[in-house]
Amino acid sequence: MIFKTFRKGGIEVPDNKMTKDRQIEPVQIPDIAVFPLSQHIGAPAVPCVQPGDKVLVGTLIAKGESFMSANIHSSICGTVKKIDKAPCLNGAYAPAIYIERDKEREEEWEPAIDRSETLADECSLSPQEIIGKIKDAGIVGLGGACFPTHVKMMPPKGAELDSLIVNGVECEPYLTADHSLMLAHSAEIIAGIRIMMKALGVSKSYIGIEANKPDAIALFRKELKSCKNIKVVPLKKKYPQGGEKQLIDAVLHRRVPNPPAIPANVGVVVENVATVYAIYQAVQKNRPLIDRVVTVTGNSVARPSNFISRLGISVNLLIENAGGIPEDTGKILHGGPMMGKPMRNLEIPMTKGTSGIVLLPETVSTRQPEQNCIRCAMCVEACPMGLEPYLLAQAAADSDWETAEKEGIMTCIECGCCQSTCPSFRPLLDWVRYSKNKVGGIIRQRNIKK
Amino acid sequence: MDLNKLSISTAPHIHRNTYVRKSMAIVVIALLPAFAVAVWQFGVSAVIVTAVSVCSCVLFEWLGCKYLLKKPCTLGDGSAIVTGLLLAFNLPSSMPLYQIVTGAAVAIGLGKLVFGGIGNNPFNPALVGRVFMLVSFPTRMTSWPAVGQMLAYTDATTCATPLYYVKGMVQGYGVNMSDLPTFWDMFWGRMPGCIGEISAIALIAGLVILLVTRTITWHIPVSILATVAVIATALHFASPDLFIAPQYHLMCGGLLLGSCFMATDYTTSPMTHKGMVIYGICIGFITMVIRLFGSYPEGMSFAILIMNAFVPLINRGCRSRHFSKI
Repeated sequence: MIFKTFRKGGIEVPDNKMTKDRQIEPVQIPDIAVFPLSQHIGAPAVPCVQPGDKVLVGTLIAKGESFMSANIHSSICGTVKKIDKAPCLNGAYAPAIYIERDKEREEEWEPAIDRSETLADECSLSPQEIIGKIKDAGIVGLGGACFPTHVKMMPPKGAELDSLIVNGVECEPYLTADHSLMLAHSAEIIAGIRIMMKALGVSKSYIGIEANKPDAIALFRKELKSCKNIKVVPLKKKYPQGGEKQLIDAVLHRRVPNPPAIPANVGVVVENVATVYAIYQAVQKNRPLIDRVVTVTGNSVARPSNFISRLGISVNLLIENAGGIPEDTGKILHGGPMMGKPMRNLEIPMTKGTSGIVLLPETVSTRQPEQNCIRCAMCVEACPMGLEPYLLAQAAADSDWETAEKEGIMTCIECGCCQSTCPSFRPLLDWVRYSKNKVGGIIRQRNIKK
Repeated sequence: MDLNKLSISTAPHIHRNTYVRKSMAIVVIALLPAFAVAVWQFGVSAVIVTAVSVCSCVLFEWLGCKYLLKKPCTLGDGSAIVTGLLLAFNLPSSMPLYQIVTGAAVAIGLGKLVFGGIGNNPFNPALVGRVFMLVSFPTRMTSWPAVGQMLAYTDATTCATPLYYVKGMVQGYGVNMSDLPTFWDMFWGRMPGCIGEISAIALIAGLVILLVTRTITWHIPVSILATVAVIATALHFASPDLFIAPQYHLMCGGLLLGSCFMATDYTTSPMTHKGMVIYGICIGFITMVIRLFGSYPEGMSFAILIMNAFVPLINRGCRSRHFSKI
């Protein structure tokens, strides 16, 4: 088997995929579900229910009114309790809709939703209708960035699309949510790919899967044996292959220019496998995005698992299902260990972008004291964007924003390769983030003046 | 579980377990084969010189951190041990103790600590020490004990190294070429020279260890060796009477030790692969010029130090290629 990969930088990180053989398990339906109004990139959704309203599973509760926004649906059947602040990942509080489950009544779903398991791979809708359904279902990129999918599927004028790349890479260590989904729902994912190809008007699509998931590669190869226009692309295990630009480079050897260019400018749309699955559910079964697969894992977690859970459940409840917080835990992460965010407040609800909860032991998560830079160039070699992190960090430490901008700081994808490879434990990415923030502000100021 | 004890920091949350001490430990391991050959050929004197050099480097680093920099001690990273080993490997095995200690003081003090310790030095510390010794103690530094004197130290009988023959051929001071060690003697290390540089096979084994563990990349050693090989081959074919065959150039003197262990020093070598290749080619070229036409028998130390000075310039000129321009 030939394994492709991207051409610049990248690192190998230990896998630690403890849940790779675990099947997806359902968890209990929460008594209270919390839906932050802003769980996607773009404008927050606008609530369209009042406290006291009765909602069913799948009822629209907040509308994405502007172009760059997404609908939010209730994942449980019950009563809207309040619209109030809820804790967010960044430590602040943001508006959210609280829904209390009606425990007396049997769970009732929106009548339009088809809850059968039968595969429906015929789709006679027009591209506009498909995209409309995706928008109605509130689907966003489920890989973690949460970019509204209907926006991605309407490429800007002048961009000629020719390929769809489905992202089954899951290069973050520990996480196996996409992996388990691929194993459990390959037929639905393939049906979803066909629907997307129709909506985008592309003739070719590729599924990129990393070498550490041989079972998924074999399964998709088998299912797609007679299919000419959907190809499985086995990829070498290398972080950050799941990054959009890196994946396009690995699969098609095309490089996306610097922003404002987007993948559509090189004729490609990239979607995560979980998103494709959600699109299938939305288009064929009228089922909005109300649940997703989430990996709850960690080195000493009692029962590391892949759960399918309703959105809005608290992180605490998910961890309890996996056996609670181990004593040696030093950090609880929302997302993977390379790009995830740490949490202290476990009342944070699970949102559309929650692909995993990782409980790292203190020994792994504690940062070592920083030492002098020895100019070993490991960060330069690791950077998948071809930047020189040691220079960027130095420029940031010197508040030299001009140099930082000239050195391409705004193209950093914050993958963390530099920092996790630095033998002197220097917080390179911390400096780069700080500097990106500053330089971004300077650029905006300049554009306003123009 | 008290949630307030959880730590909060930005990503990434895991580290690949690459750390300076580990790299230095690998370098020490990679130097062991060369040390074994040195003990086999020079006996007890190799052990004395190496031990004194390492111990005094460690001592000066400790003193320097405590009284000069007034910073926490950086002995733990192991770089002083590597500097001490490399300094010793660049000395003839008959060096008197006080000269070694002086060299170590210069290597650590002038070579590293005055610039602010590890990572800030523009020149390779071991070579700074070595060149200081070369100009201060020229007689001792240019008389190499013959191999096989297991118990001799400063009283060892000395003899000419292969580099003497190399220069003798070019500059025509009548050398008897039948005294030149054979190819296989050079390969295994049965020739006079500095402690660590005599055995080609041991140094190549060290290079393989460094490459396999990804401590260094191939760019610097290969470009230096290739440049020397190309120049030596061209000259040899142009005039075999004047210029010795390329395999002797590759194996004699400090070329292998320098290109595998000294030129590849992280701090004093360029940051990008392109820069590394330019740096390597220049080192190879300068080495050959000094070897053939200079007045010193070996040019490796000077070549590396000269190119160390150009590293900031190389870094400025050879940038990492941005993703959008692969």
